[in-house]
Amino acid sequence: MYFAMEVLTQSSELRKKWEDEVKRVVAKNADQKPEALWSTVSDLPIRRLYGPDDIKDMDFVRDIGYPGQFPFLRGNQVTGYRGKYWTFRMFSGMGDAKTTNQRWHLLLKEGQTGLSTAFDFPTLMGYDTDSPKARGECGKCGVAIDTLEDFMQLVDGIPMDKVTTSMTINPPATALWAMYCATAEIRGIPLSKIGGTIQNDMLKEFIAQKTLMCPPEPSVKLISDTVEFGTKHVPRWNTISISGYHIREAGATAVQELAFTLRDGMEYVEDVLRRKGLDVDSFAPRLSFFFNSHSDFFEEIAKLRAARRIWAKAMRDRYKAKDERSWWMRFHTQTAGCSLTAQQPYNNVVRTATQALAAVLGGTQSLHTNSLDEVLCLPSDHAVQIALRTQQIIAEETGAANTIDPLAGSYFVEALTNEVEEKAWEYIHKIDEMGGMVAAIEKGFPQLEIADSAYKYQRQIDAGEKIMVGINKYQTAEEAPIPFLEIDDSVEKEQIERLAAVRRKRDNKSVKRCLDDLKGACKKGENVMPYCIEAVKNLASVQEICDVYREVFGEYRDPGLY
Amino acid sequence: MADKKLRIMVAKPGLDGHDRGARVLARCFRDAGFEVIYTGCHQTPEQIAAAAIQEDVDIVGLSCLSGAHRYLFPAVVTLLKDKGADDITVIGGGIIPDQDFKLMYDAGLKAIFTPGTTLDSIVEWINTNVQPRA
Repeated sequence: MYFAMEVLTQSSELRKKWEDEVKRVVAKNADQKPEALWSTVSDLPIRRLYGPDDIKDMDFVRDIGYPGQFPFLRGNQVTGYRGKYWTFRMFSGMGDAKTTNQRWHLLLKEGQTGLSTAFDFPTLMGYDTDSPKARGECGKCGVAIDTLEDFMQLVDGIPMDKVTTSMTINPPATALWAMYCATAEIRGIPLSKIGGTIQNDMLKEFIAQKTLMCPPEPSVKLISDTVEFGTKHVPRWNTISISGYHIREAGATAVQELAFTLRDGMEYVEDVLRRKGLDVDSFAPRLSFFFNSHSDFFEEIAKLRAARRIWAKAMRDRYKAKDERSWWMRFHTQTAGCSLTAQQPYNNVVRTATQALAAVLGGTQSLHTNSLDEVLCLPSDHAVQIALRTQQIIAEETGAANTIDPLAGSYFVEALTNEVEEKAWEYIHKIDEMGGMVAAIEKGFPQLEIADSAYKYQRQIDAGEKIMVGINKYQTAEEAPIPFLEIDDSVEKEQIERLAAVRRKRDNKSVKRCLDDLKGACKKGENVMPYCIEAVKNLASVQEICDVYREVFGEYRDPGLY
Repeated sequence: MADKKLRIMVAKPGLDGHDRGARVLARCFRDAGFEVIYTGCHQTPEQIAAAAIQEDVDIVGLSCLSGAHRYLFPAVVTLLKDKGADDITVIGGGIIPDQDFKLMYDAGLKAIFTPGTTLDSIVEWINTNVQPRA
């Protein structure tokens, strides 16, 4: 930022005076902890004070600018939150489709403005509830979906042409998206009218979340199929939600989350350009992102601001996108599950509130706030209501939404934003040198970088160098238990019966024909989406579709790096 | 041999991919001087029991955060017993609600560690309670 020489000179004199005063005071009253421990949760050292010197090299037009203008540091939307708050989108799914549908209607009634689906582990991994591998898991971490019948129950009464729905689904994304498309068609809603998101980001699965199916290369191919299909037929759909959330939860630092996520995004862009030959501006505007908002307030704000600026530069300069919507980084944020504590669980409401505020000050366009009990179980009705109200309080009471990017120009926030961006680019260039993200994953690079950070952090917690209230400071002996939502084991039995009934009544010859056609398409490298839609309409199950992928593309096993 | 190293298998049963804790522990056990075998995610109880016997481990540490521990943890203990390897100690951790502790101990798990436990206290428990098998 330009400062007159006179200002910098005066500043430097005043700084010297202040520093001398600090030295004098500290000599008498030492700081509460040594210099090295004043750092972010990710261990970035933070100075006692920031001033003009820290941002004097910034160029206002090049580095900051205005909302809706390159480099989009201050946001994509010219009106900020005045035109529309971020989408209140609570990630939810539990038990069977009917139970989840009830929760969705409750959330919509309470003022939620978008839906977000949590699937159970068998669905996430492409197994049906009756698979031996699925035993004990049904409905535990999300909703169990085996066939289109379950899916139609899930979205019963949901206006698909009005409410957007996000689905956290990765290896079987084509199958579940096909169910969404098929349901819309059956209801007479054109695909051009439906909107939503499939997470569909396999690279971060290999790096962090570990819902795995096929090896990286064919996984990326399936993703490019969805991008192509969406571009041509479902223009309001976000076909990938390039996700840092899980990378962070696995123990990454803020910089690692930012760098690996954005480099994943670049990998997808490059694959679609190479494999599908689409014009970058035809699909890039529908790429969306998903970040974590962790406990370190300013680091998170800096990370989210830096994310927009890095992506804008990458899209304009690396991939030569011309449409400014291609330069926009649109993202959802979720508060940090890994920051919550089972001890003194009501404190989680406070953690979630400050993390949510950081996400809003960082300009998120969509937000999930964790419930206080999510560290123990799926959220109860009451806990999820508090979490949703947390967002509504931030939106309606705090004034945080009044003005756009309110922390811009802060010496500290701008300096931290620059630092986070610079460090992220270093990682991005390193991965470029390795030959891209697929190559880096095959070398175990991001996995081991994250493992290092996770281990270091745990040691810092154990040593009391980083504090988690209720864990390593301010512990209490006796705690009153909180209500606990349990998914009964009977859900599994009922879901297996439901699936068996579908298998009995469907036309198994048609199912086989559809699956054979899908297999043929996989072998020929055709886009799988039309075949998936046909298969789910004929009541092929999630696993039956995924078994085709496993057979043709092979199965990937977690190498267990640590 | 007095200084025989303890062999520990860190295992992730079921479909759960939350492996941060398991991987941090695997590294911690390595630093503590144990011989560590980490299975990676998505192992069936059968795979874990077979691998534990084949690798001749002294202790198996199971990690599950999905809620499926109620089936998966006891299944591993039973399989080890069936194969005559009930001298392999089995411990567990993850998101295990208090009300499931009894089920776990009754099934034969020797300890359950939940979030907030320090790494050193787990190592200490193992050093106190588990000896390298003859």
